[in-house]
Parts: sequence; structure tokens; C-alpha cells
Amino acid sequence: MLNGLSELFAEYDVMAAFWMTIKLAAAAAAGALLIGTIIAIMRVSPVRVFRSFGTTYVTVIRNTPLTLIVFFCAFGFYITLQYRIGAQDSPIDVQNFRWGVLGLAIYHAAFVAEALRSGINSVPKGQAEAARAIGLDFSQSLSNVVLPQAFRGAIAPLGNVLIALIKNTTVVATIGVAEASYLMKGMIEFRPDLIYAIFVIMATGFVILTLPVGVLFTTLSRRLAVRR
Amino acid sequence: MSTEANVLFDAPGPRARRRHLVIAVVGSLGILALLYLVISALAAKGQFTADKWSPFLDPVTWTSYLLPGLRATLVAAFFSVILAIVCGILLGMGRLSEAAPVRWACGVFVEFFRAVPVLMMMLFAYYVFLFGLQISGEALPLLGVIAGLTFYNSSVIAELIRSGVGSLPKGQREAGLAIGLTPFAALRLVLLPQAVTIMLPSIVSQLVVILKDSALGFLILYPELVRSGQTLASLEGNIIPTFIVIAAIFIIINYLLTRLAHYLERRLQARRRGPRMPEAPLVSPEMAPGAALTAPGQA
Repeated sequence: MLNGLSELFAEYDVMAAFWMTIKLAAAAAAGALLIGTIIAIMRVSPVRVFRSFGTTYVTVIRNTPLTLIVFFCAFGFYITLQYRIGAQDSPIDVQNFRWGVLGLAIYHAAFVAEALRSGINSVPKGQAEAARAIGLDFSQSLSNVVLPQAFRGAIAPLGNVLIALIKNTTVVATIGVAEASYLMKGMIEFRPDLIYAIFVIMATGFVILTLPVGVLFTTLSRRLAVRR
Repeated sequence: MSTEANVLFDAPGPRARRRHLVIAVVGSLGILALLYLVISALAAKGQFTADKWSPFLDPVTWTSYLLPGLRATLVAAFFSVILAIVCGILLGMGRLSEAAPVRWACGVFVEFFRAVPVLMMMLFAYYVFLFGLQISGEALPLLGVIAGLTFYNSSVIAELIRSGVGSLPKGQREAGLAIGLTPFAALRLVLLPQAVTIMLPSIVSQLVVILKDSALGFLILYPELVRSGQTLASLEGNIIPTFIVIAAIFIIINYLLTRLAHYLERRLQARRRGPRMPEAPLVSPEMAPGAALTAPGQA
């Protein structure tokens, strides 16, 4: 069995696959945070059009399977419509990676927006009222008073979104990005007799990735909590 | 929830209203321009021609692709939900058990399967059924999907149960023990029914997650909605219209489930507010001071 495993590791680059998972997660997290913040601001803005756009975005995206969104990006926009992200001559696997990141970012942005909104809701009314009382307008009170507290209050739910995002990067295996679960599929098909060992190793990889994130965000949320 | 929108800004006066109107017009123009860009790009690539969409008027499309796909999705989700609730309640009870080894084992199980991606569990279950148990044929991918979804969601439901029990007043368990129930019986007869009721909205929301995750069965060739849609699309050459229709089906079903969860939540809140007796003052004004009063707990 040990022989088989070392042979397997020589054949398949587990570290490279998890590095791909980390790259996917980092890029998608940045995108999701950006889009999600915009959507969250829209959802609390005084202009009704923005509010309903934000609500529609969250409702539509949250209720669609991630698999479908990723397919939409990869098979729809990339393969069928021939849209490319970035350099036109970049190879297929780079394009698949970028479209996969975009799909992940679009999907998780809805959850980021919900986390931020719950953070905004956790800011006491008096804070916003005080901000208005000293003459700040919507954007000033949002950026100087409410959002800094909202981000702190939203750290725990944002951590949950990040953990979900790390696990959901596996979905882009369906469009052929060589990340951890894609590799696991290949490994099991190559050595079915080692299936249990392969699963335990790959699953442990995810435990190692997600556990520190959970601990970090729990500590952060406790340390940065606004004392009230 | 309903007041959250107007915390951040005053009721707009005439000038602010005018400004908001301008922003609203500009904003909607921006959003419309974005939509127009997407739609015109799709139209330019011939995605809105009649022959791309006419398959959806053909009953055969529905009877031989989309409806069987939807059925497969619902079947997988149904069995996963039932199994996940049963296993989740058992695991949740295990985590609250008096016996440390049981508590510990269930804790490790729950934490492990919450950290592992559903797709990995599905792949693993699929290949265990294929290579280990020599199962083949139509049942194989279905079993893979159900097993993957059950492992993950029973862990989530176990956590929901645990937090539900944790949110109950301590007196509930103590009262159970006081009338002579064993700890296990108190958990089963007193705490669990209340915890399940409290967590019902979250459990219904979890249904949405299960329904969405069943689409991962695509990778192990389970003929659920997305895969049967792809079969249809490769036949008709209309992948984008098909994905739009499938997304609409998912959104409608999941939106209704979310609404159900909200409805249950509101009903539960109303019930919790309703019948509970208001905190009655111990000494009501009519009673003269010194009247024979025994406060509860002092007798």
C-alpha cells in the first residue's frame, strides 16, 4: 500500500492541485468581496432602483446551483459565444480558470452581500442617527460610521462564506480545471484499490485548508467585535 | 428587518428627492445599458433566434429531457433530505450524549464532513459503490449523489439540532430530570421536539442547498436537470437558452422554498410571542403587603 501510494504521488501532483484550489479561492474571494460590497450598498441605498436590483441579484443568484453558473460562464460565454477574459491568445486551461473564478465570484458575491447586510443590521440605529445628526449624508455616514462597524460585525458570516467558497472551488472540476477534486477523480480511476487512502488524503487537505480559516475568523470576530 | 432600509438616511426632502430621482434615472439607465449590452451580445451571436427557443414549445423536449431531469433532481433531493434529517437528528443527539466517547465520535464525524466538499464525497461514494460494492447500472449515480448529499447535510443538520437544543432555556432539561426522566429521555421527549420546531426554518433553507447541490451529480453522470439539459442542448445546439430555462426552474422552486422558510419563521415567532404569559409581577397591587405569598422556588 505504501509502495502504491508513493507511486501514486509520483504520478499525480497533489500539491499542484491544492495550489490550484488556493489560487481559485483567493481570486474568487477578492472578486466576490468586491461585487458583494457593491450589491450590499445597493441593497441599503436610498434609491429604490438600486435596492430592487440588489434584491433581484441576491434572489436569482442564491437560488441557482453553482454548477449551472459555472457552466454558464464556461460553456455559454467562453465556448459558445467565444468571449475571452484577458489575453485573446491564452490557452484553454487559463481561460477555463478565469471563467471559473468569475463564476465563483458571481455566486459567492450574493452571500457576501447577505453577510454584509446582516453586519449593517447589527449596527445600532443610534449610530446612523448620530451620523445623520452631525450632518453626514448617506455616503459619508455609510463609509465613515456604518460600514467600518458593519465589516467588523460581518466577520463571522464572511468567514463562513470564505470556507464555503474554498469547498465550492471543487465545482470547477466540472469544467476541467485541474484542482483537488479533479485530481482525486483521476487518482481513484488510476488506482481504485487505494480509494480509501486517496479520499482520506484529499479530504484531509481540505480540512487543513478550512480549519485555520475558521479559527482565524472566529478569533478576528471576537477581537474586532465592537463593544456595545 | 423592515426598518433597516431607512436607518441610514433621513426621509428625503424636496431637494434630496430630486437628487434621488436623478440618481435613480441615471442608475436605471446604467443597469439597462448593462442588460442591453448582454442581450445585444447574445442576440448578435444568434441566441434569440426562433430556432434556438422553439424546442421549448415542443412537448417532447419537456417529456423526454427536462421533466425526467427535474424528476431525477427531485428524487435525489427527496431521499437525501429524509436520510439527512434522520442521520442528522441521530448525530445531533450523539453530540449531546452523556457518554463522552459517543459525543467525541459524533463530533469528529460532523466536523470532518462539514469541512470536506460535497463533490468529493459524491465522487468517493460513487467509486466506493462502483469498485467496492460492484454496483452498476442506473442505481449507481443515484446512490452516489444521495450518499454525498447525506454525509454533508446530516452533519449540517446535526449542528442545527445542537444549536437548537442549546438555545432552549436550561429549565426545560432540569424539569425533565426533576420528574424522573433519564438524561436521554429528557433529550428525546423534551428538548428534541422543541429544538426541531425552532430550527424548522433553517432545515427548510437547507432543502434549497440540497436541491442546488444535487446538480453536482452532473460529474458522476447522474441524469439530473443540468445533465439532461446539456444532452438536450447538444442535440438542439441551444446551450444558452437551455441553461436559462433550467436556471428559471431552479430559481422558482428554490424561491418558493425560501418563502416557506420565511413563513415558518414568522409563524414560530408569532407563536413564541403569543401564548407565553407576560412576566407577571410577583406581588400584584391588589394584594395587601404581608398577604401569604410564596414566591415560586422558595416553597
